[in-house]
Amino acid sequence: MKIVKTGTAGTLESSDVMITVRSNEPHGIEIALNSIVEKQFGKQIHAVIRKTLEYLKVKDAYIEVQDKGALDCAIEARLITAVYRAAGIKKINWEVIE
Amino acid sequence: MKEKLRRTMLYVPGNNAGMIRDAAIYHSDSIMFDLEDSVSYRQKDAARMLVFKNLRALDFEGIETVVRINGLDTPYGKDDIEAMVKAQPDAIRLPKTNCAEDIIEVERLIAVEEQKNGIAEGTIKMMAAIESPLGVINAYSIATASERIFGIAIGAEDYVTAMKTKRSPEGVEILYARSAVVTAARAAGICAFDTVYSDLSNEKGFAEEVRLIKQLGFDGKSIISPRQIGPVHEIFAPTAKDIAFAQRVLEAIDEAKTKGSGVIAVNGKMIDKPIVERAERVLELAAASGLLRPTEGADHAE
Repeated sequence: MKIVKTGTAGTLESSDVMITVRSNEPHGIEIALNSIVEKQFGKQIHAVIRKTLEYLKVKDAYIEVQDKGALDCAIEARLITAVYRAAGIKKINWEVIE
Repeated sequence: MKEKLRRTMLYVPGNNAGMIRDAAIYHSDSIMFDLEDSVSYRQKDAARMLVFKNLRALDFEGIETVVRINGLDTPYGKDDIEAMVKAQPDAIRLPKTNCAEDIIEVERLIAVEEQKNGIAEGTIKMMAAIESPLGVINAYSIATASERIFGIAIGAEDYVTAMKTKRSPEGVEILYARSAVVTAARAAGICAFDTVYSDLSNEKGFAEEVRLIKQLGFDGKSIISPRQIGPVHEIFAPTAKDIAFAQRVLEAIDEAKTKGSGVIAVNGKMIDKPIVERAERVLELAAASGLLRPTEGADHAE
């Protein structure tokens, strides 16, 4: 998926995460993580984001993550929503979402 | 097979990550993730994805999961069905159901998605909320529109507006609708759920309403806060006297069967089929309320 604009999803409420996706062509994936649990789960959050971007086939994106202790499934959900918004695509391809 | 108890169906706004995460810890009988009225138009996509991912990932400890989708008369209903069938909650709840055709169309779309995802047809159950005078008039045809429907619910807010009135503490303005919905549900052999009580600060008023709907015959109530679970379960729990009588009824039935005798009596009162059914229901409720050992009285299945 090609990022064509800025897309944001999520909230700054406890147990949620706010993710903003911007174009980063041609510099690949860059992740700016700010988390209340960064020390304990920083690596895991990075892994979840990279894995999700991989199956969405996003090659170049700047990902800003403000995490308030979200579960992995919430991080994935917010990232997918932000990516689709940033790609300007309204119809989700549910066949590839697991 | 014993019917599942559905005394409390806890509303959880579909775009609230924290509330979804914690939904199972309060032990309501069912959890209803809402994609409809609690989600703003701009966040419909986000809520749908959040509920989808949580349903796929979390263990809700055997608690029944229901998703309230947007109606098919909105731009969101079809997408909700496509996503939610793949997420596989126990059931999909349709809002603002006016007639049987509303159910039939949703069922058709659910079946298409089940097939696409390799899910056995009929796996996803349905329930319908009746929120209009027309829906109340059509309650029985809605209740019987699909084999998937396990329950119908009355939603009062839209209904009273359409009736040109408003809610009162006594609820006289929705007495007919409540009676019509519970009667239709019983005639169809499915569950009946009452509307929400939104004044969280009025505990006395809430308890009075729960006692009323229990007396009318409802299985339970949609609730908007975990704080409402305890009072509902308490009011629906049978008394020690009810339990003792129910146990005596079922013992007498077993004894009569062993002896091959016909008509029996307990405390001088003739015991017939409705009394046996009520006794079984009392013991199911007692078991669910933790008032019985799990095996006590619960194995009387015939």
